[in-house]
Amino acid sequence: MNLNLDFGAILERWPMFLDGAILTLQLASLATILGAVIGILGAIGRRSRNPVIVRICGIYVEAIRNTPLLVQIFLVYFGLASLGLKFSAFAVAALALTINVGAYATEIIRAGFDSIPRGQIEAAEGLALSRTQIYWHIVLLPAIEKVYPALTSQFVLLMLASSVTSQISAEELTAVANFVQSDTYRAFETYILVAVLYILLSLIMRLGFWLLGLAIFPRRRRLRTAL
Amino acid sequence: MQTNASVVSFRSVEKSFGALKVLDGVDFEVARGEVLVIIGRSGSGKSTALRCIDRFETIDSGEIVVCGHRVSDPKLDLRRLRQDVGIVFQSYNLFPHLTIEENITLAPCAVKRISKAEAKRKARQVLAQVGLEDKLNSYPEQLSGGQQQRAAIARSLAMQPKVMLFDEVTSALDPELTGEVLKVIETLAADGMTMVMVTHEMGFAKGIANQVVFMHRGKVREAGPASILTSPATSELAQFVGTGL
Ligand SMILES: Nc1ncnc2c1ncn2[C@@H]1O[C@H](COP(=O)(O)OP(=O)(O)O)[C@@H](O)[C@H]1O
Ligand SMILES: [Mg+2]
Repeated sequence: MNLNLDFGAILERWPMFLDGAILTLQLASLATILGAVIGILGAIGRRSRNPVIVRICGIYVEAIRNTPLLVQIFLVYFGLASLGLKFSAFAVAALALTINVGAYATEIIRAGFDSIPRGQIEAAEGLALSRTQIYWHIVLLPAIEKVYPALTSQFVLLMLASSVTSQISAEELTAVANFVQSDTYRAFETYILVAVLYILLSLIMRLGFWLLGLAIFPRRRRLRTAL
Repeated sequence: MQTNASVVSFRSVEKSFGALKVLDGVDFEVARGEVLVIIGRSGSGKSTALRCIDRFETIDSGEIVVCGHRVSDPKLDLRRLRQDVGIVFQSYNLFPHLTIEENITLAPCAVKRISKAEAKRKARQVLAQVGLEDKLNSYPEQLSGGQQQRAAIARSLAMQPKVMLFDEVTSALDPELTGEVLKVIETLAADGMTMVMVTHEMGFAKGIANQVVFMHRGKVREAGPASILTSPATSELAQFVGTGL
């Protein structure tokens, strides 16, 4: 066995890796924010009194959960192209990732909504709050609090899965790696570095979600209960 | 016709859950400032009757009028009705993510559109009424069961309802905590609040009730002043009071 690692040529190209990592983080942040909004609306839709809305949201969730992300990305990519719409690879990647994570977020947040006891809603109804007010003031925050670990894990998973957008030449971290390794012939070293960078990105996201949790769940902060 | 002073009136109210007839021609009338206590065995339809007042259940036939709202009318403005009616449940149902103050100010601000400052003033006032001024900034989970139930009563009071409904509000509490909640309700009654309550606390019922309604299998089996608890006319009520259930 003769393991001969040489990171010299790779570390020389650190600005490329940095750009790739930043682009990955931007993709993930955008998809997280938009995906959370879709997830909330989708979960409300799945619990709607209108059966057509329930059906549409159900089809969306099942369609996404039962197809590979890469296929979804190609569908968005070629779908937009065949409509004659010209978007950057980044925009296409962000859109596809948002559609994907929105479906998973819908299911997770719906589980959160379902966990709110019926009595909470009756108490709110008894105080004459409207349906919208009940969602906004009574259901949303405790529901998200209940599923926060599952929801944030999903967003971290999405960040990792964003590596497949290298297939449509979004210049994120994995695309940079593919380029560098063919340029330097140092494939193993390249992917070791990239793996380390992905771990760092995961840690950054988890830290971000932890801080966000402190901000939006003041009771947790005040009572020092673990999330 | 309902008289001016009538706050809640039931006329031949019927209600079934599937094949089970839960309310079978229920009549009663609560005048302003009056306390009506509903008693009866578990499953006799007490909670259902109470929930019909706030239209948490819809009735099959008969008529319910509450503070001038025809509750049985399908076109009723539910939120107008519920601004006039306060309801407190056995399981306090405080909102866990909000402080006690936020629990109380939420509905006055969101529904009645009063200012935050005004709502906070009101919160202080109703918390004083239930003896919890010092819990303004606590979260529900930091309170004992009795304190949570008193906070739930305060939350209802902040909406300035014309009638309060209580459904076995002390049943989930340890015996040593029921007293503090009952005392709050007694004070409310003394201040002239109109109330309809379901309770198993017979001693309490005797002291507070202007009217007692004894329900048995979906019907009002016996009704009258609190004295019917000590000298019941029907064998069912005699048996019910005797067993102390
Ligand atoms: N939502 C419901 N669906 C079906 N049956 C119900 C429902 N609510 C109550 N019941 C039934 O109606 C009967 C009366 O219930 P309830 O009014 O809660 O009685 P009580 O409060 O006197 O114990 C019971 O047999 C109960 O099981
Ligand atoms: Mg009951």
